[in-house]
Amino acid sequence: MTLARRSSGFLKPLSTACSSSFLHRRPYSTDDTTTITVETSVPFTGHNCEPPSRSVDTNPKELMTFFTDMALMRRMEIAADSLYKSKLIRGFCHLYDGQEAVSIGMEAAITKKDCIITAYRDHCLFLGRGGTLLESFAELMGRTAGCSNGKGGSMHFYKKEACFYGGHGIVGAQVPLGCGLAFAQKYRKEGHVTFTMYGDGAANQGQLFEALNMAALWDLPAILVCENNHYGMGTAEWRAAKSPAYYKRGDYVPGLKVDGMDAFAVKQACKFAKEHVLKNGPIILEMDTYRYHGHSMSDPGSTYRTRDEISGVRQERDPIERIRKLILAHDLATEKELKDIEKQARKEVDEAIVKAKESPMPDEPELFTNVYRKGFGVESFGADRKELRTTLP
Amino acid sequence: MAIGVASFNLLQPVIGNYFCLIDENMWGIIRQNVGVTGGLSSQGLGNHMMRLRPVASAMRNYSSATKEMTVRDALNSALDEEMAADPNVFVMGEEVGEYQGAYKITKGLLDKYGPERVVDTPITEAGFAGIGVGAAYHGLRPVIEFMTFNFSMQAIDHVINSAAKSNYMSAGQINVPIVFRGPNGPAAGVGAQHSQCYGAWYGSVPGLKVLVPYSSEDARGLLKAAIRDPDPVVFLENELLYGESFPVSAESLDSSFCLPIGKAKIEREGKDITITAFSKMVGYALKAAEILEKDGINAEVINLRSIRPLDRATINASVRKTNRLVTVEEGFPQHGIGAEICASVVEDSFGYLDAPVERIAGADVPTPYAANLERMAFPQIEDIVRAAKRACYRSVPMSATA
Repeated sequence: MTLARRSSGFLKPLSTACSSSFLHRRPYSTDDTTTITVETSVPFTGHNCEPPSRSVDTNPKELMTFFTDMALMRRMEIAADSLYKSKLIRGFCHLYDGQEAVSIGMEAAITKKDCIITAYRDHCLFLGRGGTLLESFAELMGRTAGCSNGKGGSMHFYKKEACFYGGHGIVGAQVPLGCGLAFAQKYRKEGHVTFTMYGDGAANQGQLFEALNMAALWDLPAILVCENNHYGMGTAEWRAAKSPAYYKRGDYVPGLKVDGMDAFAVKQACKFAKEHVLKNGPIILEMDTYRYHGHSMSDPGSTYRTRDEISGVRQERDPIERIRKLILAHDLATEKELKDIEKQARKEVDEAIVKAKESPMPDEPELFTNVYRKGFGVESFGADRKELRTTLP
Repeated sequence: MAIGVASFNLLQPVIGNYFCLIDENMWGIIRQNVGVTGGLSSQGLGNHMMRLRPVASAMRNYSSATKEMTVRDALNSALDEEMAADPNVFVMGEEVGEYQGAYKITKGLLDKYGPERVVDTPITEAGFAGIGVGAAYHGLRPVIEFMTFNFSMQAIDHVINSAAKSNYMSAGQINVPIVFRGPNGPAAGVGAQHSQCYGAWYGSVPGLKVLVPYSSEDARGLLKAAIRDPDPVVFLENELLYGESFPVSAESLDSSFCLPIGKAKIEREGKDITITAFSKMVGYALKAAEILEKDGINAEVINLRSIRPLDRATINASVRKTNRLVTVEEGFPQHGIGAEICASVVEDSFGYLDAPVERIAGADVPTPYAANLERMAFPQIEDIVRAAKRACYRSVPMSATA
């Protein structure tokens, strides 16, 4: 009953899905690694470099993993929206839904010994690095089970053992930091690379160009990934940048423009970039992506862009839908199976939230832990220094 | 000096607006007089204003119904009026124009004054702060908005080296009539990188003026004074105060209204203990004072309004009256504003102190996100009450160390 499909644009006709008898339909495979070749949505555009090919090798296992992982990320962010509105998450909360393909594609091309550093839109990148839903939700709600024990919050997720260096609140600061990670990798002759991520808003920061200049001078294995979602908070890219062609802004540093909503394009670009920087020094990857939510939960996201634009992107370019169509076109799973995966993701997210709510808030002495790695017995004080004073561990 | 005294006497029947006709030189002379003679009311001219106001109201037959205004509207109206009065005043910062302001302080200004005077910038603080200072060198009067003062650290070289020191280095040729404004200090749950108070850092730099409004009247009067001032002013607001409403007097609604820079305000008179505070902590200090009143402790609350110049005269005069002092701030305790106030009082009024000076400040840790830890990281009303009682030797035994 299998139909030959080559184009990714077709959905399986309903009749076929219904008529597939369960004798012929095998359940979707979770470990099939036969090669499938897919084409990226658009070709890559290179700046001072030969762009890689549009044809990307993958396999059913990877395709299914992409779908499952992105569905989980999407669910997590939507759940975070509700938690914020119920005031269980406080302060700032910047959501990544729409941009999942960047994290997923990148992880498919690299190892956990390659470093990633990003700004405050970090929940999904944390998940991609191996973080758990529980750690994520507990951190968002300020509980001890959180990845930063509840002391960091939404903008400060870390996972050092997976070389995920956060989670930074000051726009642009993570770029020199990422070049520093690359500096250390080269210093130690590790043979690994760093992906330092920033947005179109941060792309104009001076410190980025300072760090990039040094990375180029010293041939650091730094890959600067501009997640261009076209709006720096409420300001459209053309209002903030004289040249919004961010992949070209490195001038002497080569660049690649990538469809960030296509996980395979991202994967291909990251694979290409990793090989490139280990030989030639830094490269810039511009991921053309989109965020469905506003800049943060305090921003409706509709005063500076139209609802038509948002729904248009959701319809034409949604990263999860692209994978769904590919899976169906290659007959790797049925629509029902994919829906079941999404239901499972919802279930996992709900369970993690329940568990996270059970996690307690940090104990009061935690106020004073981790100020230093080594305290030397130095004193510290609470708001009333005569009421609360302690020696730092 | 004689000029100053004569002028001071002329101020007795003055009506509120008169103050703005006086230039900075006269303020200096008058202030010196108040401190030196001691015979004049030691509460400072700011409070003469308070007592004169009812006279003025009676003379002008103002309506006695007080209007209320949020701090946000106070700042917005102050900006609006100063931009209308002087075409050299312009606003620059992130999201100040089309977005109407990240905290809506600049709402409506783009529509009214156009994109040349309400300038949206990219997210590049070092760049646009420098551009603002350069514009001020050449005669414009920029109002630079930092979305929060945490981001001012990216531009702090320009605030200090390019703005604060220029008039001195150029022997008076290049003054810098710029205002850097924005929310300062903690908000609610915004974490370590978004919660720092910069009052102490900026307050230590000669050449800068540092203002810290509390109420809507403070916000209006001090912002207008800051914009009119020929020197660089760091104007530290507070995000949580933006939505709070305060009663505003009729004079303060007049477009020529402004408050003197460098004068604190006695928010609540008292005789047993002085509590100094600024910005949001003034509200906490006032609530602490109400609690203390029930215990028979009559607290005087000083709203600093200005960190630099610091109104040492008002603070010392108050401590000489009450003999006890609690300083309150949200910033880190070491080298903080309370430390400077304590040193000033020890230097000028040591003999009047009946108890050690108490300091209430933020905890000596980066700001945690978790709600219970964050509460411990910043002063609460009970901390102020406890410290005040200690200074009055009425405290319960101190709890053991943590």
